[in-house]
Amino acid sequence: MSDQPTPGTSTTPDVPGGSDVSGAAVRPGDRVFRGISFAAGATVLVTMAAIAAFLIYKSIPALRANTVNFLTFQQWFPDKQPSMFGIGALLYFTLVTSLLAMVMAVPVAIGIALYITYYAPRRASQSLGYFVDLLAAVPSIVYGLWGFAFLARNMTGLTLWLDKWFGWTVIFNYQPTNEPNNLSPFTAGVVLAIMILPIISSISREVFRQVPRDQVEAALALGATRWEMIRTAVLPFGRAGVTSASILGVGRALGETLAVTLVLSSVYEVNLHVTESGGVTFASNIALKYGEAGEIGTGALIASGLCLFIITLAVNFTAGLIIRRQRVA
Amino acid sequence: MKLQRQGLLVAGVAAGALALSACGSDNTTTPSGGGGTSSNAAGITCADGQLSAVGSSAQKTAYTAWIAEYEKACGGASINYDPQGSGNGRTQFVQKQVPLAGSDSALKEQQKTDADTRCAPGKAVDLPTVLTPIAIVYNLQGVDKLTLTPTLIGKIFDNKITKWNDPAIVAANSGVTLPDKSITSIHRSSDSGTTDNLTKFLAAQDPAAWPYEPAPAWPAKGGQGASNSAAMVQGVKGADGAIGYVDNPDAVKNTLEAAAIDTGSGAVEINKDSVGKAIAKAELTDNAGDLVFKIKYDLKEPGAYPAILATYQITCTQGLPAEQAKLVKSFLAYQISDAGQAKLPEIGYVPLPVELQSKVKSSIDSLSGA
Amino acid sequence: MTTLERPAPTAPPRATLSGQKLPLYALPLLVVGVVVVTLLLFALTGFAGAAGFVVVTGLLYTAAQTALSFWVEGRRQAVDRLCTTLVYLAFLLAVLPLVLITWYTVRQGIGVLSREFLTTSMFRVDPEQPGGGIYHAIVGTLIQSLLATAIAAPLGILAAIYLVEYGGRRPFARAVSFFVDVMTGVPSIVAGLFVFTTWILILGFQKSGFAGSLALFILMLPIVIRSTEEMLKLVPADLREASYALGVPKWRTILKIVLPTALAGIVTGVMLGVARIAGETAPLLLLVGLNQKVEYNPFAGRIDQNPQASLPTLIYEQFGIAVGNTEAPAFQRAWGAALVLIIIIGLLNATARLIARFARVRG
Repeated sequence: MSDQPTPGTSTTPDVPGGSDVSGAAVRPGDRVFRGISFAAGATVLVTMAAIAAFLIYKSIPALRANTVNFLTFQQWFPDKQPSMFGIGALLYFTLVTSLLAMVMAVPVAIGIALYITYYAPRRASQSLGYFVDLLAAVPSIVYGLWGFAFLARNMTGLTLWLDKWFGWTVIFNYQPTNEPNNLSPFTAGVVLAIMILPIISSISREVFRQVPRDQVEAALALGATRWEMIRTAVLPFGRAGVTSASILGVGRALGETLAVTLVLSSVYEVNLHVTESGGVTFASNIALKYGEAGEIGTGALIASGLCLFIITLAVNFTAGLIIRRQRVA
Repeated sequence: MKLQRQGLLVAGVAAGALALSACGSDNTTTPSGGGGTSSNAAGITCADGQLSAVGSSAQKTAYTAWIAEYEKACGGASINYDPQGSGNGRTQFVQKQVPLAGSDSALKEQQKTDADTRCAPGKAVDLPTVLTPIAIVYNLQGVDKLTLTPTLIGKIFDNKITKWNDPAIVAANSGVTLPDKSITSIHRSSDSGTTDNLTKFLAAQDPAAWPYEPAPAWPAKGGQGASNSAAMVQGVKGADGAIGYVDNPDAVKNTLEAAAIDTGSGAVEINKDSVGKAIAKAELTDNAGDLVFKIKYDLKEPGAYPAILATYQITCTQGLPAEQAKLVKSFLAYQISDAGQAKLPEIGYVPLPVELQSKVKSSIDSLSGA
Repeated sequence: MTTLERPAPTAPPRATLSGQKLPLYALPLLVVGVVVVTLLLFALTGFAGAAGFVVVTGLLYTAAQTALSFWVEGRRQAVDRLCTTLVYLAFLLAVLPLVLITWYTVRQGIGVLSREFLTTSMFRVDPEQPGGGIYHAIVGTLIQSLLATAIAAPLGILAAIYLVEYGGRRPFARAVSFFVDVMTGVPSIVAGLFVFTTWILILGFQKSGFAGSLALFILMLPIVIRSTEEMLKLVPADLREASYALGVPKWRTILKIVLPTALAGIVTGVMLGVARIAGETAPLLLLVGLNQKVEYNPFAGRIDQNPQASLPTLIYEQFGIAVGNTEAPAFQRAWGAALVLIIIIGLLNATARLIARFARVRG
């Protein structure tokens, strides 16, 4: 493991760089450099604190004006008299679309990363990696338009098939009688999965590539099949990195605005059937409502942004716990 | 060796940048009218400079046409219109981000006060220059003439009537065979001035069929949501049995079928006369140059099409930087001129009736263009 | 299939390191067999659809292959073959959308590409008529993205260096790391609103290309930090140790040894960030707006000067003008611009990787 204590380092054994080998006073160059990088790290905290302050400050007047339960109410009418808005539907659909995206993207991304590093012909792996990274080059508006104009139109077969064979799982049940238009959380989840795929897979790829050769060869020398080698040498090594990459992916999925706005046909009602059309996420709600929002309306939208912020905090906190347990184990 | 490599790299990047900057530019053909304050064939008094306007998407097609004509005639002017929405336009106008905003509803109450402060020592004015009919568009195979009453429209969009061959719809369309198909009603999920005015129309004509308060946000449950006009158009075009609503220019661009509206005296289609009749009955308040319409949405006059919206150009009478004030005044003068208004019908809008045109013209003339 | 031999059982059976292997012709024969079975199945049950056929064939093949391998070669080999198939499948699942999206974009956008399209702007061009170009948007996107990268890359790499080399388990470093992850979840429109309120409303600056770059910087920073951090962690500790043993100060070790070793990965991270922001629309609509003229200065404000354009906002604008009419020149223009954007990001990507390969520390 690359962050194990290295012999000869003094005060902070868990820092790969160690603090100072000889134990002598820290050199001025080091102090300056350390200061600069510390400041860079601090910039992150300052920016996040500023964003949090902005979100809180702008949402308070709107939250005060709200006359219904912000957390459970499903409709969004902040500029009406009396003001009524709630994140019930937003919360549900944001989590559902991101969860669907994760479930679809993470295994595929790991598979791609493994393919490029251990299954593909050596010479091709560079260009194959570049090829997959091209998915990241597609702008979100193109994803949204493609999802709306192409994918949704061609998902009808899949929607009906899922209803036929998996309708018993409730989520894949499709009840309306007319032709599905597939502007559903499921389609949005698929589009999001494609969007976050390159992020997760390219970082995983770099991580898998760095597995120490001797561990790989030791496994093979003991007669392991390729899969067993991957299972025992590569995956444990890369677990933390892959989880880290997946969190980046989740973050992207939670905050994706334009693609989701174009694909989801917005309906403010919690619906367990994910292939039925309709849904609205935090980000798409802001995009849809921002143009006409009044004072309270803008504040309400920012309040929903604050909620997303808190959700991202919660997701990352949970993931942090998982990683820590993996590192200890 | 390394230095050489790095040097080569820097040189390569610099060369690339130079090449890029040399390889393209604006269209350099000079227009026939020339710049400055000269007049030209279209009778436009030109002004120079750069103008950014933000506002309603209902008038974006009109602005595209107007800007193209104006820039063709006036070489020194560059105008941008950002159709981010009426609310955005009004807010950014008050925040001093833009000198001209387009809004489907006039400045009200607190915002009016803030806008007047923004325009000190002058005031903020709303100047209507374009009328947009709202088209109820539908896609129904085999039916190319559809008549709907406001009651029917309200019930359809409220998802209370769900089949095309519902007896109520059949009754309004004698002689037309309506298929046994379910109705897919599509609404705008993004707030819009079009929704605002349509709901005002529905609520005024038959509050029993449309029991919701008018607003830019769609109030009814059910139906399919479209994130913008393009999505609405594609939604209607793509589903047999779909019905939606768009600004008329969007319907004209896409050759969508629009339903005729029967307010009680027969089916009325969208055209200059029917809209003209409706606007003639509107109340015009003239508040020292600030012209605001109160459109009579519950109008039941024969031959009138009351589902319309008027878009206001919001600007300051004084208080704008000199060059901008000049350009705004000149551009608005073009909009309300005969040449400007003549451009509207072919793209789906309706020009202002002549009496109203002169009122708006004198308001614009009194803007301080200095 | 009938020519497979099983070893005659000897008593007592001994574990051997080698086992039976499936003959080379087994797998292709299996594919043919599965296709035939699927065709029969479809004929019998009345299923239809090319996609369904491919999916069912794939599933049946995987199941059949695993079963066959299990029977002939043993459990471990069967699992190995199964995983190989799944991994290949994963790769195909990635290639499929890429091909679909690229083909769709190319088909929609290739028609409008021309020299004029790439070298003129939309200034004084009626967008409802054919003609005009996207040069102003290309310039704007390149400059705004480079500006955002110029701020985000050094800052991000330095922050990652702090986290990996100096911070360790300290609470400050843990806080920074945690919030970097939270930053990835900030929706682009919220980043835009934030910059709008602070930079434009409170500080009083005008809408400009630079304001857009600020929002893009917020979106890019966490990606750069996180991926750089992972890459730096992968640099073996003994490289650092060797450097210290030679008496090289820590900061020089980082600059001369650690960074160059991780450079390829860091470049990947930066490019991921650039790809993310080059296509961002929402914050740019808010902070820069629309423009038709060429402008090289990202600080040109909207109120008294001519501000920059950008490809994503141009695409958005042209789609708005087209309003769903697929024949409109604006529609073609939008897809052409989308295609150009993808190509530009792809080129930037390739260039960056070449540069990384150039500067890598060998051995």
